[in-house]
Amino acid sequence: MKASFPRSLQTVVIVLVSIGLVVLALGGYFNPVTNWASRLTVDVQTWVSSRYMALVDFLTVPRDVATLRQRNSELEAEVARLQTQVVELQQQVTETNILSALVDFARANPEYSYKAAAVIGRDPSPFLRYVIINIGSNEGVLPGMPVVTDKGLVGRVDAVIAEAARVELITDSASAVNVRMQASDTEALLIGSITGDLSLDMIPQDATVTVGDVVLTSGLGGTYPPNLLVGQVVSVRKLNYELFQQASIQPNVDFNQLQFILVITNFNPVNITPLIATPGP
Amino acid sequence: MRRAILVAIPVLGVAYLLQTAIIGRMMLLSGNADLILLILAAWGLQERSRGAWVWGIAAGLFAGLVSGIPWYIYLAGYLIVVGAARLLVKRIWQAPLLAMFAVTLIGTLEMLIMMYVYRTLFQVSLPFSGVFSQIILPSVLLNLLLAIPVHSLVRDLVDRVYPAEVMA
Repeated sequence: MKASFPRSLQTVVIVLVSIGLVVLALGGYFNPVTNWASRLTVDVQTWVSSRYMALVDFLTVPRDVATLRQRNSELEAEVARLQTQVVELQQQVTETNILSALVDFARANPEYSYKAAAVIGRDPSPFLRYVIINIGSNEGVLPGMPVVTDKGLVGRVDAVIAEAARVELITDSASAVNVRMQASDTEALLIGSITGDLSLDMIPQDATVTVGDVVLTSGLGGTYPPNLLVGQVVSVRKLNYELFQQASIQPNVDFNQLQFILVITNFNPVNITPLIATPGP
Repeated sequence: MRRAILVAIPVLGVAYLLQTAIIGRMMLLSGNADLILLILAAWGLQERSRGAWVWGIAAGLFAGLVSGIPWYIYLAGYLIVVGAARLLVKRIWQAPLLAMFAVTLIGTLEMLIMMYVYRTLFQVSLPFSGVFSQIILPSVLLNLLLAIPVHSLVRDLVDRVYPAEVMA
């Protein structure tokens, strides 16, 4: 064969065949073949690649899941810790706001000395509207001392032990406070009830009482200092055949949300009981 | 008996704290539940429990120390609750929840009525109709609602304090 096809002729044939192939390819005659070949190549490559990735996933994903789970639990713990912190901070902000208001009240009323206290409980009996506070005789608290907040009158100290005291709220059904209407200077008696509502009694029939009148302590009787804010008149009941008018009061203090209070420590309540005449024999 | 006293002090102490700090604030109208009463009733209704009367005395003193109502009212009221429980436990032992409801109802009513009488006689006159609708009925309802969970908890406590004897 070599003898019949000299090397130069072989070269010429190869060149011609190559040129022919290039011309045929450029002319698009090889497209079906190249498409089939490329599709086959892509399919094979896709299969190999997907199997390789599956193998990599198989070998690495379990470790990632474990890592992610650990990380997730760490983050959940962090979220829980931060949520607790947020709640604590919100509580602190609330307490700070309340205490700030109490300080403002004390500054605005410098004639009295105050002891701040937290409300730590309520009387177990539903018949009594009493609260328990966390300061007692060790802090100079004595029975009868008035108790206020920045919103107004709360009540008075009923009983004291060394580290705590019990406060009778003005909403208690046995509570009675001498008050006056700021606008008309009319005096009346503020009484509580079993429902915790406040009402005014003993208002003279000829007195003018209107809705919205501000009610302050009068200081009569010596139980409470004068001019402490109590609330506003929300309705008036005047019947011609009765001796006195009556009125309902909306207290300024929210007695269901009491958290901090101020005990007025330099007010000495006067016990006028011996002066009250009793029927003789 | 010693074990009953040792258990009574922490249990009633915690109950007192929960009562004054939390349950006392959860009011329905003007009534609220009495956790100490419920615990006494449930303890008294457990056949294996001991020292129920001691629990009654301790509970009366605990509550009386804190409340504006005198201690002897609480003492008498809680002892009546214990008495009712010990009386019923032998009669309707097959229906412990029924007994718990009965003791809760009787105990709540007698306790509140005693307080009402004391308050009316010695402090301030209160209209009974208002007291009944605003305090007694809501308190009875709340106590009955809490009776089942408290009974379950106290039964578990008794099982732990006085384990059942196994016959060989």
